Parts: sequence; structure tokens; C-alpha cells
Amino acid sequence: MSGKSKLYRQLFTSTFSVSAFTLGGGYVIVPLMRKKFVEQYGWLEDDEMLDMTALAQSAPGPIAINTAILVGYRMAGVIGAFITVFGTVLPPLVIISVISLFYEAFRASQVVGTVLHGMQAGVAAVIADVVLGMGGSVLKAGSPLHTGIMAAAFIAAAWFHVNVAVIILSCGALGIALSLAQRRKGEG
Amino acid sequence: MLLQLFLTFFQIGLFSIGGGYAILPMVEQHVVELHGWLTPVEYMDILTISQMTPGPIAINAATFVGTKMAGIPGALTATAGCVAPSFIIVLALSYFYMKYRSMSVIKGVLGTLRPAVVALIASSGISILRLSFWNGGPVAWSPQALDVIAVCVFALCFGVLRIRKPNPIAVILGAGVLGGALYLWL
Repeated sequence: MSGKSKLYRQLFTSTFSVSAFTLGGGYVIVPLMRKKFVEQYGWLEDDEMLDMTALAQSAPGPIAINTAILVGYRMAGVIGAFITVFGTVLPPLVIISVISLFYEAFRASQVVGTVLHGMQAGVAAVIADVVLGMGGSVLKAGSPLHTGIMAAAFIAAAWFHVNVAVIILSCGALGIALSLAQRRKGEG
Repeated sequence: MLLQLFLTFFQIGLFSIGGGYAILPMVEQHVVELHGWLTPVEYMDILTISQMTPGPIAINAATFVGTKMAGIPGALTATAGCVAPSFIIVLALSYFYMKYRSMSVIKGVLGTLRPAVVALIASSGISILRLSFWNGGPVAWSPQALDVIAVCVFALCFGVLRIRKPNPIAVILGAGVLGGALYLWL
């Protein structure tokens, strides 16, 4: 029982702290979650974290929330999912409620602005660090297909601003086509 | 009122595929145009706040609108509405993922998705980097356009992360304190 409540507590505190420092939204939360769940706790494999991100992307709703649900469910079932969603939602809920009360003062504060701007540079560094690690392992695996997909998806997203849902769906479709073709070749 | 908040944000949560900024047109349409809960200026303010504070934009918008319309209960209701569709759909997805992820076709699909996700994370990293180094302005390498302090803070954080593998949250907090101090003193 105490093992379980420890897991619940860890799920809550990790999602809470990750969510509290995710400036910018979207994919920013994934590198932070990866650091916690893959490197610190060793709960997930690198591949699993990426699978979960892809799944989170293909479902409606914010990626941060969806990834939290996936991790929570994986670790501790439906209760785990409730805990991680609660942990993820709580920081923005509290912060925005407070800010909406003191909005004018917050907006005018120079100190708040500069600290947040400094944190932005830190967030960028964390993402760069994680991308280097994960991109490196894709390259090291030496599959020309996967390297090509990574390059193409990056150009599509960063250069041409293609909708991310479109990118994920087309890569998924490509994956289905390839594995079906492979299976047919195996049969014939 | 609470029911209306819940239903509106349930819809927003349900149809916002793509996450992040993909949700904004939905929020604008429902909250500003349809219900008139926010003025266009207040709507822009939410965008600004969302840029500066943690958390998904959808949740931030739900909380802001909810608080304004019905206080804390409103914030809770709107947020719950926003999260409920994800919760149901993603739980179903998790279930199927855990059950079928060793099937060969699923393996193939996930195999092609993983490098794409790495690319998407990299791409969002670049937008943040642009926001940080050039304040969202055009990319130029002159010292006037480039935010030198941000570049230094970034380089320092990156070096520390590579060499010492610290807790990233500590790094982000440190960057905030260091950046804030440098901006105010220089």
C-alpha cells in the first residue's frame, strides 16, 4: 500500500513541477517529462516516451494534458491518469487565477518580464539538450528511412509551417504502408 | 452559466487537434464572437499571458474566461470541460497502445512516428529560440538585433546541461534569476 501511495505522490509532484515550468506550451513539456520519467525515475523507455508523444499529438486536446494522461495510465491505471492530469492542470489554474486578479500590475512589472525572458532562454537550452540526445540516437541507429523522416518532418514543420497533425498523420500512413508492403513481401 | 462554460470548453477541447496554437481560432470563435465573454483586447491579453506563464494555452484561456465569468467555480468548470474530451479519448488510446504495441503493423507505424516527433520537438525548440534571441523579430546577426544576454544565458544553461545533467527545472529557474538580474543591471 505504501509503495502505491509513494508512486501516486511521485506522479503528482513530477507532473506538477514539470507543468509549473513549461513556458510556451505544446512540445516544450515533452523534453521536461522525458528528463523526469526516462532519466530520473527510469519509468519509461525513450521509445515509449516518443510513442506517447505521437499518440498525444493525434488525439484532441493539449499535448501536455494528453501526455500526462498516457504516462499516468501506464504507471498506475485510471487513478494514475487522474492524478497526473490534476498535477498538470493545477499550476496554470492557480497561476492564471491569481494573475487575472492582478493583471494590470503583472503586465506592467519589469522584474516579472525580465525573469520570464531569462527562463525562456533556459527552456530553449533544455529542449536543445534533449533534441541533441534523441536526434543523435535516431542517427546512430543508422536507418536511412528514419533519418529521412526526421529531416523531412523537421523541414516541413520549421520551414513550411505544415500543421503538425498533418505531419503525424502522413508519417503514420507511411508506416502502415511500409509494414503492409513488408508483410506481403514476406508472404510472397 | 457554469453548464454553458463547461459545454463550450468541452467543444473547444474536443475539436482542438494539433495542440498549442491550433486551438486559438476555436477559442476566439466561441468565446469572443459567439458568446461575447471576452472583448478582442482581453483575448489578445490572454495570448500575452499564455506566452509568459506556464501551462497549455487552452487551460490558460479556460481559467481566465472561467474566473472572469463566474469566479473560482467558473475556472474549475471551464478547465474540467476543456480536459474531459482528452481524458476519455486518450484513456482509450492508452488502453489500445498497451495492448497492441507489439503487433508488427503498429510497430512499423510507431517506428516511423518516432523520428517525426523528434523533428517536431526540434522545430518547436527553434521557435522558442527565436523568441528568446530576437524577441520574435526577424533573424539577424547584428549585436543590435540579437539579445546578447539571452544568448549567454542559453549557452551557459546548455553547457551545464550537457556536462552535469542537473534537474532541468533547476536550470530554468536559474536562467530566470540570472537573466532577470542581468537585464535589470546592464
